[in-house]
Amino acid sequence: MTILTNKADKIDRLAELTQSSEAVTGTSLWREAFRRMRSSKMAIIGAVIIGAFVLIAVVGPMVAPHGATAQNWRSEVFPNQGKFVGMRGENWFGLDHLGRDMFSRWLVGARQTLLVGVVSMLIGLIVGALVGVLSGAAATLGGKAGQRVDTVIMRFTDIMLSLPSLLLAVSIAAVLGQSLTTVMIAVGVVQIPIFARLLRGSMLVQGGADYVLAAKSVGIRRKRIVLTQILPNSLSPVIVQATLSLATAIIEAAALSYLGLGNPDPAVPEWGVMLSQAQRFFDNEPMMAAYPAIGIIITALGFTLLGEAMREALDPKLRG
Amino acid sequence: MSLLELDDVKVHFPVKKGLFFDRTVGHVYAVDGVSLSIEAGQTYGLVGESGCGKTTLGRAVLRLNDITDGGVVFDGTDLAKLPGEEMRAFRRRLQMVFQDPLGSLNPRQNIESILSEGMAAHGIGKDQAERREKIKDILAKVGLPSNAMSRYPHEFSGGQRQRIGIARALVLEPDVIICDEPVSALDVSVQAQVINLLEELQESLGLTYLVIAHDLAVVRHISDVIGVMYLGGLVEEAPSDALYAGPRHPYTKALMSAVPVPDPEVEDRRERILLHGDLPSPANPPAGCRFHTRCPWVQETKCATERPPLLDTGDGHKVACHFTAEIEAGTVKQTLATGIEAVTGTETVAAEAEEVSEGETAAEPEAAAPEKEEAPGKEEPATVPAQADAAKTADAAKADRAEDSPKA
Repeated sequence: MTILTNKADKIDRLAELTQSSEAVTGTSLWREAFRRMRSSKMAIIGAVIIGAFVLIAVVGPMVAPHGATAQNWRSEVFPNQGKFVGMRGENWFGLDHLGRDMFSRWLVGARQTLLVGVVSMLIGLIVGALVGVLSGAAATLGGKAGQRVDTVIMRFTDIMLSLPSLLLAVSIAAVLGQSLTTVMIAVGVVQIPIFARLLRGSMLVQGGADYVLAAKSVGIRRKRIVLTQILPNSLSPVIVQATLSLATAIIEAAALSYLGLGNPDPAVPEWGVMLSQAQRFFDNEPMMAAYPAIGIIITALGFTLLGEAMREALDPKLRG
Repeated sequence: MSLLELDDVKVHFPVKKGLFFDRTVGHVYAVDGVSLSIEAGQTYGLVGESGCGKTTLGRAVLRLNDITDGGVVFDGTDLAKLPGEEMRAFRRRLQMVFQDPLGSLNPRQNIESILSEGMAAHGIGKDQAERREKIKDILAKVGLPSNAMSRYPHEFSGGQRQRIGIARALVLEPDVIICDEPVSALDVSVQAQVINLLEELQESLGLTYLVIAHDLAVVRHISDVIGVMYLGGLVEEAPSDALYAGPRHPYTKALMSAVPVPDPEVEDRRERILLHGDLPSPANPPAGCRFHTRCPWVQETKCATERPPLLDTGDGHKVACHFTAEIEAGTVKQTLATGIEAVTGTETVAAEAEEVSEGETAAEPEAAAPEKEEAPGKEEPATVPAQADAAKTADAAKADRAEDSPKA
């Protein structure tokens, strides 16, 4: 190595030493999180379950062997005595008390359940995120007036959070009347304060970070700082929560259906509705309840696994 | 006329409490009346222990903190009174390098985006292509290859990240760069790299630096003038060499005596001034001289009642102490023991002005005599209880810790 005489040379040399000059593309954090998720068992199992669920929900109703409402009366079916046929012949899951093919109903119910879960989660996510951004932005850059706006919004979410979520959903569903939309709105509204609080809190944490101070010192405008610096860094917990709350949304929607606040049309199967119908016959035919219950459990598990895996993949503390 | 002049700058943070409505119940006097001036092309080093307000002062210059009172005159303009948008425009000329190289870079932006954002905000460069050229240029200046542009902060080492931080400041072609602990998060070999880079850039670009640090060696190496801060105020300011050759303020003396000498024999004989108690809370600073609660030379008159101004004692050596001349001449006695007292009650010892025996009054490090071996101050620092440990100047210890934990 040649002796370097002046500092400028040393610095040029530094560049050579630290890196080759070949073209490289950096790996963004999102991409790295994705790469980490691919090597996580939890994420793969979760993704497979969700993939299967979505596939069933999309394709299921088309391939359902008997249709969800067609009645196949057989001599063995005695609704009054609560006796049904088990897995037999072409009716894999057997027939329900009205002689309908349980397997077909289960497939069609998957679509309803997914629809309710996704739509209500989206209601909660979109409205909650908007409220959260407003509150977080007001708190980080709004001065005194902004802080007041933030306080008002947060006290309001506190009130919503202080009510038990199912009770709130039941009240909303009861007020709005019985329909599928009602269930979606009710379950979605319950999620709003959770998303709002989460995003606001995340923004406040990021707002105090050094890079935000650096952006300010470089002379970037405050609104731009919120949008390009604070917000992108605050999103990961919200994404994780969205995945996790899909599981909650499905369970709560099932609970509302179970309580009789779901879709009033009994012909449209939904796992929660199926569960509540099966309750009357539970003593003799526990499997009638088991099928939709297992569906709900496994789906919720899938979303929870994926959500947890995402939480780990997006955690900056685990960054290698 | 200096390039940057601070005139009695005060930064007080309100302490708020209240269930529904925030009431201000007090203030934290983080910076309480600091005046200093920095000439163009100079490096001003600001030292002090953690919590003395040096970072707050650095941020106040850029108005990243609100300035409660006083003026920050930059090139003839008082920044403290500028409205927001004008201040934003001025930030192009005053830039900052942060302590935590990773934390100060947005993890979701690549280097090109990080560096070009400031340029876009100030309208430097017509389009992205032009900015890209400029970024390449600056990256070469700080010793990074141009392919760094498409990469993300977490893909660099600590030293490289700090060079990115410097590049971010440089792309805006500033006049003044405030370096807030620029190397304390880096390991020693990389520290030298970054310090050399800063010096080289100063030479080639004619930059003016305000370097905030607690590492006395770093500050001495890089600074022309050094200011020593204690509890929100400057206690001494002098040209770098003069300060290290002969500190005049009791606090600076203690600070300097904490720097270990890399010679075991000298180190053994060297007298160390160990201060009692902790740094008082900036929310409730002592009246009079801020240092009087811990000063080994505290006197009954003036010290507790009157705050000493920062006065020139000759050759640009400014000291804020009522008894500078007397201490130099040895006509005032050291009133507080400089050693470590009993394990308990360290906080109260400082308040009880205790006379020390004749043998221990010598203040000058050179006067350290062998018979002092028995002085409590000579005791092994490792056995010192935690609160006493915090009482002495923590800086040397901190520098050591930084060396022990390389981050590369």
